Amino acid sequence: MNEDWTALLYLVAAVCFIIALKGLSSPKRARLGNVIGAAGALVAVLVVFAAERPDRLVWILLAIAVGGGIGLIAARRVAMTAMPQMVALFNGVGGAAGALVALLELAEGTGGGLAHLGVLAFTVLIGSVTFSGSVLTFAKLQEIVTGRPMIFPGMRWVAIAVVAGSLGTGIWVAVGSSVLGAVLLAVLTLGLGLLLVLPVGGADVPIVISLLNAFSGITVAASGYVLSNTLLIVAGTLVGASGTLLTKMMADAMGRSLVNIMFGAFAGGSTLGSTTESDRPVRSAGAADIAILLGYARRVIVAPGYGLAVAQAQHTLRDLADELERRGIEVSYAIHPVAGRMPGHMNVLLAEADVPYDKLKEMAQVNPEFRTADVALVVGANDVVNPAAHASPGSPIYGMPILDVEHAGQVVFLKRSMRPGFAGIENELLFDPKTTLLFGDAKDSLGKLVAAVKGL
Amino acid sequence: MDGIALLTIFVLAVFVGYEVISKVSTTLHTPLMSGSNAISGIVLVGTIAVAAHTESTALFVLELIAIMLATINLVGGFVVTDRMLQMFRSRKEKEPRA
Repeated sequence: MNEDWTALLYLVAAVCFIIALKGLSSPKRARLGNVIGAAGALVAVLVVFAAERPDRLVWILLAIAVGGGIGLIAARRVAMTAMPQMVALFNGVGGAAGALVALLELAEGTGGGLAHLGVLAFTVLIGSVTFSGSVLTFAKLQEIVTGRPMIFPGMRWVAIAVVAGSLGTGIWVAVGSSVLGAVLLAVLTLGLGLLLVLPVGGADVPIVISLLNAFSGITVAASGYVLSNTLLIVAGTLVGASGTLLTKMMADAMGRSLVNIMFGAFAGGSTLGSTTESDRPVRSAGAADIAILLGYARRVIVAPGYGLAVAQAQHTLRDLADELERRGIEVSYAIHPVAGRMPGHMNVLLAEADVPYDKLKEMAQVNPEFRTADVALVVGANDVVNPAAHASPGSPIYGMPILDVEHAGQVVFLKRSMRPGFAGIENELLFDPKTTLLFGDAKDSLGKLVAAVKGL
Repeated sequence: MDGIALLTIFVLAVFVGYEVISKVSTTLHTPLMSGSNAISGIVLVGTIAVAAHTESTALFVLELIAIMLATINLVGGFVVTDRMLQMFRSRKEKEPRA
C-alpha cells in the first residue's frame, strides 16, 4: 500500500478514536462511539498489515488470536466490582507492549539522532514503570498483597539510587545507542514502578489507576514518535490527556494533592488513621422503624459508598428503591466522585443493578437537593459524608468536597460497625440527633428494609 | 516524517484530548478509563510494524509477546467498555421492561 493511503487511513482511525471519546459525553451515544472506536482500531490494524506485508504472517496472526482470546474472555468474565483490577492489568500490558516496541526497535539496529534515542529511552522507562506499577496495583486490589501502604527501612535511599541509575542508563542509551543499556534501563524502571506504588494505601488506589492510565497513554505516544507513526502519537496523547485529567479530578475530590497521595507515606504520614471504635452513644433502630421513616417520606436520596459494593448489595438497594417508588416516593442517588475503587465506579455498579442513569446525580448537582430531601440514606459510606470536611480545619479530610447529607431532614446510616472509614476519623454526624443507625451487613439490612416497607 | 512535524501533531493532540475529555460525563468515568485504555492498545500497530521484517528469531519471539500483550489490551478494552455501556439505560428505556 502506498504511503499516502496509509497515512490517510491512519487519520481516519485517529478521527474514530476522537469520536469514541466524544461519544462518552452522554450515556445515550456512548455505546455507538465505542463501536466506532473499535472500527477505527480494526482499520488501523488492517492498514499496517497491508503496508508492511510481514514476513512471518502466520505467527503474527497466531499471536493476535491468542491475545484477542485472552482479552475477550477476561472482558466477558470480569465482575463489575473487579473492574479496577481489570483496567489496571490492561494498562499494564499496554505499557509493557510499548516498552517492548522501543526496546526491540533499538535491538533491530535502526539508529537515529540523539532526540530519537532519547525518546526511545523514555518510552522504555515509562512503559516499564506502567507495567510493574499496574501489576502491583492489581495485586493490591485483588488482595494478593496487603492494601496498606508498604514502606521498608531505607526505601527512600533505594528509590534515589534507582532513579539515579535509571537516568544514567537512559543517557547511556540516548548517547551510546546501547542495547545492554536499554535492558538495564528496563530492569531498573520495573523496580521504579514497584517503588512508586508500594507506599500508596488502598483508599488512594483510584488515583494510582488514573495515573497509570495516563502513563500508558504517554508510553504509546512516545513509541509513536520512535516509530514515526502519527496514529500512535494521536491515540497515545488522547489517552494521556484523559488519564491526566482524571487524576487531577480524583485528587481534587479527595481534597489532597497528587504529591501528598503518592509520597505521603514516605513522609511518615500514613493515610490510614485510627481504626478503634468509639463508645459514645448513638441512636440505633430496627428495620421496622427505619422502614416507617422511609415509607412516609416524599423524597429520599441514597448516598452509596464502597461498603455497598463489598456487600454486593446494589441489587437489594434497587429493590428497596422500587418498593419506595411504588409508594410514590421520589428516590435518587448521590454519587461522590471517589465512591468505589476507580473514577465513576459506583455508577457502573448501580447501572449493573438496572438503576436508570438519569437518577444517578453527581455531587455538584445533588448537594443543593439534600435540603429538600426528607431522608438521606447512607449505605456503606463514611468519609465522603463527613461534615468535618467543612467544619474542622484540623481534620485530615478538611477541604475534601463531600455530599451534604447533613442538610436532609433525617439521616439514616446503614453501617457494619462504629469503625471509622479509611481516613480513620470519627464522623460527628453519627451522633447528631437527626441521625439513626441500622447496624449490620448492608445486604442483610437492605433486605430487611425491603420486607418492612412492603409490610407498611 | 521529521521530528518537528511529529511534535506538532503531539502538541495539537494534547489540546484536542483536553477539550474532548473535559466534556465527558462524570457518570461515565469508568467507561472512559477502560475505553481510552482500549485506544492505547493501538500500540498493536507499532508492534506489528516492528515485527514485520525481523531476521533474528529471538527478537521475533519477543515481538510476538508484544503483539499478544497489545491485542489483550485492545480487544479486552473495547469489549469490557461495551459491556459496561450497554448497562447504562435511561428511565424511559427501562419502562417497557418493567
